[in-house]
Amino acid sequence: MIAPAVVLAAAAGYLLVLFLIAAWGDRRAAEGRSVIDSAGVYALSWGVYCTAWTYFGSVGRAATAGMWFLPIYLGPMLAMLVAWIVLRKMVRIARTYRITSIADFIAGRYGKSPGLAALVTLITVVGIVPYIALQLKAVEAGYLVLTGTGRQAAAAWWGDGALYVALALAAFAIIFGARHLDLAERHEGMVAAIAFESALKLVAFLGVGAFVTWGLFGGMADIWARAQAVPGLADLVRLDGPGPFDYAQWFALTGLSALSVLLLPRQFQVMVVECVDEAHIRRAAWIFPAYLLLINVFVLPIAIGGIIAFGAAGADPETFVLSLPLAHGAPALALLAYLGGLSAATGMLIVETVAVSTMVCNDLVMPGLLRFGLRGGGDLTRLILAIRRAAIVLVLMLGYLYFRVAGEAYALVSIGLISFAAVAQFGPSLLGGIYWRGGTRVGATAGLLGGFAVWIYTLMLPSVAKSGWIPDRFIAEGPFGIALLAPERLFGLTGLDALTHSLFWSLLVNIGLYVGLSLARAPTAREASQALLFVDVFRQGSAEPVFWRGRARLDDLRALAGRFLGPARAEAIFDEHAAARGVPVPDLVADARLVDRVERQIAGTVGTASARVMVASVAQEEPLSVEDVLEILNESSQLRGYARALEEKSQSLEEATGELRAANEALKSLDQLKDDFMSSVTHELRTPLTSIRALSEVMRDTPDIEPAERDEFLRIIVSETERLGRLVNQVLDLAKIESGHAEWHNTDVDLRAIVIDAGRATSELFRERGARLDLTLPDTVPTLRADPDRLTQVMLNLLSNAVKFVPTTAGRVEVRLVVEPDALVVEVEDNGPGVPAAEQATVFEKFRQGGDALTRPPGTGLGLPISRQIVDHLGGRMWLESESGRGACFAFRLPLQPGG
Amino acid sequence: MGTKVLIADDEPNIVVSLSFMMRREGYDVVVARDGAEALDAIRRERPALVLLDAMMPGLTGFDVCEAVRADAAVRDTRILMLTAKGRETDVARGLGAGADAYLTKPFSTRELVEKVREMLA
Repeated sequence: MIAPAVVLAAAAGYLLVLFLIAAWGDRRAAEGRSVIDSAGVYALSWGVYCTAWTYFGSVGRAATAGMWFLPIYLGPMLAMLVAWIVLRKMVRIARTYRITSIADFIAGRYGKSPGLAALVTLITVVGIVPYIALQLKAVEAGYLVLTGTGRQAAAAWWGDGALYVALALAAFAIIFGARHLDLAERHEGMVAAIAFESALKLVAFLGVGAFVTWGLFGGMADIWARAQAVPGLADLVRLDGPGPFDYAQWFALTGLSALSVLLLPRQFQVMVVECVDEAHIRRAAWIFPAYLLLINVFVLPIAIGGIIAFGAAGADPETFVLSLPLAHGAPALALLAYLGGLSAATGMLIVETVAVSTMVCNDLVMPGLLRFGLRGGGDLTRLILAIRRAAIVLVLMLGYLYFRVAGEAYALVSIGLISFAAVAQFGPSLLGGIYWRGGTRVGATAGLLGGFAVWIYTLMLPSVAKSGWIPDRFIAEGPFGIALLAPERLFGLTGLDALTHSLFWSLLVNIGLYVGLSLARAPTAREASQALLFVDVFRQGSAEPVFWRGRARLDDLRALAGRFLGPARAEAIFDEHAAARGVPVPDLVADARLVDRVERQIAGTVGTASARVMVASVAQEEPLSVEDVLEILNESSQLRGYARALEEKSQSLEEATGELRAANEALKSLDQLKDDFMSSVTHELRTPLTSIRALSEVMRDTPDIEPAERDEFLRIIVSETERLGRLVNQVLDLAKIESGHAEWHNTDVDLRAIVIDAGRATSELFRERGARLDLTLPDTVPTLRADPDRLTQVMLNLLSNAVKFVPTTAGRVEVRLVVEPDALVVEVEDNGPGVPAAEQATVFEKFRQGGDALTRPPGTGLGLPISRQIVDHLGGRMWLESESGRGACFAFRLPLQPGG
Repeated sequence: MGTKVLIADDEPNIVVSLSFMMRREGYDVVVARDGAEALDAIRRERPALVLLDAMMPGLTGFDVCEAVRADAAVRDTRILMLTAKGRETDVARGLGAGADAYLTKPFSTRELVEKVREMLA
C-alpha cells in the first residue's frame, strides 16, 4: 500500500508537469519553433485513442475473454491503411474551409446547416459525457487500489479528489485549449502535453508488462506454460475460446473501432484540427499502428499473470496493472503505472473536453444567442471565449456529476463501446459527404436522427434499464409485450450480441435514410456547391470557385469581422486582401471572394453554420439556383483551363527556346568547322604556292644558277603544281560528296575486278618503292550495286596510302577480299610503322597526314576522308586496325543489299 | 665566320628555297625540321636570326618563339615568323608570342631578303 499523501502528491506533480510542457509548447510555437511539427509527435498525439478504459480495461477484458481485447486495436490499424487517402482529404478540407470540429465538418458539407451542426453536437454530448465520467471513475478506482482504502471509507473526501482532478483539467483545457479564438490556429502546447502523455502511458504499461513477464515469471514461454496448467486459462489464448468463434461480433468490433478512430471528437481534434502538415500523415499512419501494437504486447501476459497470482476470484482484473506490482514489492512501479493510467484518462479528458466544448459553444450556444438579440453590439471575441470556457467547465462537471450518480452502474461500465457506437453514426454522412456529391442535408439529418434513435432504443435504453433506473421488462418482452420490437432482438433478429445487433440496425437505418432521401430529393444550390467544394477539394487550385452572389457593404463586412475576430485580426485580413488586389483598403469592393474570405475566418471562430448566418445578416444575397452553381463552377473550371493552357504554352515556348538554342549551337559549331576547313585549305594551298613562287623568283633573280640546281628547282615546281592540282580536285570532290551534289553512276559492280585494276594502276608506285603487292581474292564474288569509279578511287587511295608507308626494303602490301553472307570486306594491310594509338581516332579527319613531313610522301590529307565518305554513301563502313610498329590495316565493308 | 641563320620549316621544298636564298646572301644556314629541333638548334648554334614557320608538328612556331623569349641565354635571337595562315589573329598571335617580324606565305623573295638584311643590320 502507498500512503494517500504520496499518491496525491505524485498526481499533483504529474499535472504540474503537464502544465509546464504545454506552456513550453506554446512558447516554442510563438517563437516559430514548433515542437509538434513532426510525424512522430503527431502520431503520439493520436495515442489519445488509448484512454483509461483501454489502459485498464484491456487487461480486464483479456482476463475474462482472452483475445477479445484485440479488435479495439485492430480496427484503427486497418483504418490507418486508408489514412493517406481519407484522413488527408479530411485535413485538406478542414484546413481550406477553417473547420474546427466534426459537427462543423458535417454541417459545412451539407449547406452549412445550423440544425445539422446542433444535431451532431447533441449526439456527441449524449454519447461522450458518460465516457468522460468513465475516465474520472478510472482515476478514482486506481487511487483506491493504490492506497488500499475501501470505497465507502474513502468516498467522502476522495470524491472531492476526483472533483479536483476534473477542475485541474478544466483549468488546463481553458489555458491551453481556449486561449485564442481561431481554432484553426491549433493548440500546440496542448498537443505537446498529449504526446507526452501518450509516451508516458506506453512506458508505464511496458514497464509493468516487463515486470510481470520477467520479474514474476520466467518470460513469455513460462506464462504460457503455466496458463496451460490452470483450468479455464488455456482457453484465453485461443481465438475460439470455449464456444464457437463469433465472427460477426469480431468484425463488428473491428469495424466499429476503425470508424471511431476517425470520428471520435478527440481523434478529429488531434488528427484533423491539430494537424501541422499534411505530409506527416504518411509516416504517422504507420507509427500509430506500431504504437498500438507495442501497448498491446503485454496485455495477455499481465492478465494471465494476474489470474495465476491472485486466483480466479482474487483482485479485479481491471486493476491488475496496479495490483500486481503493488502485491510483489514494487510500489514505485505501481505508482508509475497509476500515473500511466492517469495520463490515459487526463489526455482523453482534455482533448475531448476542448473538442466538445467547441461544438457546444459554436453549434448550440452561439446560434441561440445570435438568434435572440445578439445581432448588434461590439466586440464578441471575449464573449465567445467566455462561453467556450464555461462550456469546458460544464462538460467536465457534467461528466463528474454522471460519475457521482452512476457510479458502479452497468450504464457506466459498458459506456466505452456504447460511445463508439454513437459516434459511428457520423460515418455515413461524413465519409459519404467527402466522396459522394449526391448527399443532401435532408438525407444526412434523417440518417443521423434515425441512426441515433435506433442507438438509443437498442443500446442506450437497455443499458439504462440494466442499471436498474427504469423497469427492464421491455428488454425481454418488448414494449407493450410486442416481441418484434424487443430492443435487443429487433424484428426477430437473434444470434447477435447487443452491440453488434444495435450497430447493424442503427447503421442500416442511418445509411438507408441518408442514401434514400438524398436520392429522393435534389440538393439545393448551397448543398450542391458545398458538395463540390468538399468532394473536389484536391482539384481546387488558385481558381477555386466562390459560390456567392450578392452585394455587401465594405463597412458592414469590416464591422462584422471586427466583432468576431477582434479589430486587429480583422484589419489584417482586409489589409492582406487589399495588398493582393493592389488597391487601398477603403477602395476594396466587397465582392464574392472577399465575402468568402471573411466568412471563412469567422467560421474558424464560431463555426461554419453560425458564420454563414452572420455574413448573410450583413449582405444582400441573391439566392443561388443550382444553375448558378453550375455556371460559377464552369467559370472557375474555365479559369483553371486557361491557367493550364497558359502553363502549357509557356512550357512549349521554353522547349522551343531550348531547341532554338541547341540549333544555334549546332550552327555555331558548323560555322566553326567551316572556318577550320577554310583555314586548313588555305594553309594547304599556300604551302605549295610558297615553294613555287620562291623558287621561281630565285631563278629569276639568280641568272648564274647552276644547271643542276635549276633542274632540281624546276622539278620541285612541277611537283608542287601537281600537288596543287590534286588538292583543288579533292577539295571540290569532297565538297560535292558532303553536300550531296556528287553524281553517282551506280551499276552492277564486280569488286574483284576493281581491286585488280587498282593494283595494276598502282604497280608503277610499287615498283618505284621496291615494294610487293599481294592480292588474296576469291575466284568470284557477288556483284554490288555501286559507282565503279568511286570504288576505284577508294582502292587507289588505300593502295597509294599503303605504299607510301612501307619500308624501303622488303615493303609489302596485301589486299584481301572476303565474302561474307551479306557483305564484302576489303582489307589493305601494309608492313609499315603503323599508326600510333593517339592518331588512330583522327586518321579519317581532313588534312591529317600521317608520319613526318620530311619523309612523308606527298599527299593532300583528303584521300582517307573522301574514301570514307564514299563507303558511307554506299551504306558501308571503313575502319582502321593497327598496332604501332606492326603495320596498318585499312578495311571497308560494303553490304550486298544497300541499307543492309 | 658569317652570320648564322636558322631555317625552321617542316616543308622540305620551302627549306630548299629558303636555304638557297640565305646562302646566296652569304649567311651560314642551319636547318631544323620541327619545333623541338628548332629550339635545340637555337640553343646550340646561337643563330643571329631564325626564319620560323608557324605551323609545325609538335612544338609550333609560336611555342618556340615563346620559349626563346623566356630563355635568358637566347632571348635576343631575332625571329622572322612565316605562316601559311594569313588571318589577322595569327599575325597578332605571332607578334604576341614575341616575333620581331612576320611574313605571310607565299612571300615575295625580295621582300624576305630585304627584311632579313634589315633585321641583321
